[in-house]
Amino acid sequence: MSAHIGYGNAQFEARSDESVLDCLTRNGVSVPHACRSGVCQSCLMHADEGQIPEAAQKDLQPAYKKQDMFLACQCRPEGDMRVSLPEHGLLDIHAIVSAKEMLNHNVMRVRLLTPTPYECEPGQYITLLNADGLARSYSVANNPDADHFIELHVRLFKDGAMSAFLAGANLGDSLIVRGPAGKCFYVAEGQRDYPLMLAGTGTGLAPLYGILRAALAQGHTGPIHLFHGVISEGDLYLDRALQDLAAQHSNLLYTPCVLNGTDGKGYFAGEIETAVMTAVPAEKDSARLFLCGAPEFVNGMRRKAFLAGLSSKHIFADPFLPAKPVAIAA
Amino acid sequence: MNVPVKSLFDRLGGANAVNTAVDIFYRKVLSDDRVAPFFDNVDMDRQIPKQKAFLTMAFGGPNNYTGLDMRKGHKHLVARGLNDSHVDAIIELLGKTLKELGVPDSDIAEVAAIANSVRNDVLDR
Repeated sequence: MSAHIGYGNAQFEARSDESVLDCLTRNGVSVPHACRSGVCQSCLMHADEGQIPEAAQKDLQPAYKKQDMFLACQCRPEGDMRVSLPEHGLLDIHAIVSAKEMLNHNVMRVRLLTPTPYECEPGQYITLLNADGLARSYSVANNPDADHFIELHVRLFKDGAMSAFLAGANLGDSLIVRGPAGKCFYVAEGQRDYPLMLAGTGTGLAPLYGILRAALAQGHTGPIHLFHGVISEGDLYLDRALQDLAAQHSNLLYTPCVLNGTDGKGYFAGEIETAVMTAVPAEKDSARLFLCGAPEFVNGMRRKAFLAGLSSKHIFADPFLPAKPVAIAA
Repeated sequence: MNVPVKSLFDRLGGANAVNTAVDIFYRKVLSDDRVAPFFDNVDMDRQIPKQKAFLTMAFGGPNNYTGLDMRKGHKHLVARGLNDSHVDAIIELLGKTLKELGVPDSDIAEVAAIANSVRNDVLDR
């Protein structure tokens, strides 16, 4: 009972348990994609006909759902479908690169201008698409609505396709922004006095920096403790700015954690997990913990903090997922 | 006047009881060497809703569990050696959780009986 997938003038037969994304790419159709885990939303498609399985719309913004959009990587058709790529302009926003600056040896700050103020919560992520259909997700490091630009912290990988593209991009170059998505953001919920712990590795600092500034701007009165975990001293970035911010706010503590560091240099030398665990506040019922960065860190830290007594509903995490190429079966 | 007898689920405190119990129960599960290995590579975010569904069922509340779901959901664990001793451990941890929350022994026994009723489905036999 295999389903047929109509695309343009072609008709393909999906193998059992095969996603729409896999079926189309197997047949040579180019569909933008990156994480293949239902997170990045790069593979957003439109269902022209047919039933969309529930899983293919899970966590999609209501506006997308209403327009019969779905994630091709999560869509295992339950019957015949006719699908198409969404037309740009319908949901996507054109942005131009307005500033680029190296924050350390391999992290680049990229600012994007959008035609109208971009509404998203600091801590959410967006997906960038270039003209070649290359797609990658990045966390938003600021409040674009107030700042009138979107700020991203882009780690430059040696073989990173999007990071190479951004490193080579000129000011004024145009990109497509899709999103925002993600549930890892600050909500004051009426009270602002609970302890807030923010812990991230590498460019996991970006969303936390956004969340931190949102919490301070909204007058969070409870203690805030930010941990940034890196491998070597040179991997720290925004260190000076965060030190200054901590000096200005009596309720803010900033602990840089350098795995291969040495003691007595103004940071915690060792694993970020250790630093976080020794700082878990006594108010375990109300404390909130935000985690961002490498999946191994996020998942391990979440479990440790939960076992230490933090409430599962107060631990927020968006692990960074690597882009996965589609395995093309013969 | 007849006072209607409250159901087990209502006596335990309904959905609120599930929300209170889930963290205590799941913490016990993750800290118990007998069963924790089965949860090693499990995403906590996905697991909490599943644990809530299980507790709701065990508390006698509304649920959509079918024997088939139970079989499908645990098949890969049975292949990894899931057996009666692990089901016993889960029921024991469930009992300890409720004890901590001050639930009377008679209600704990009822919960244990409901949890026990899906044993054969879970173990796929």
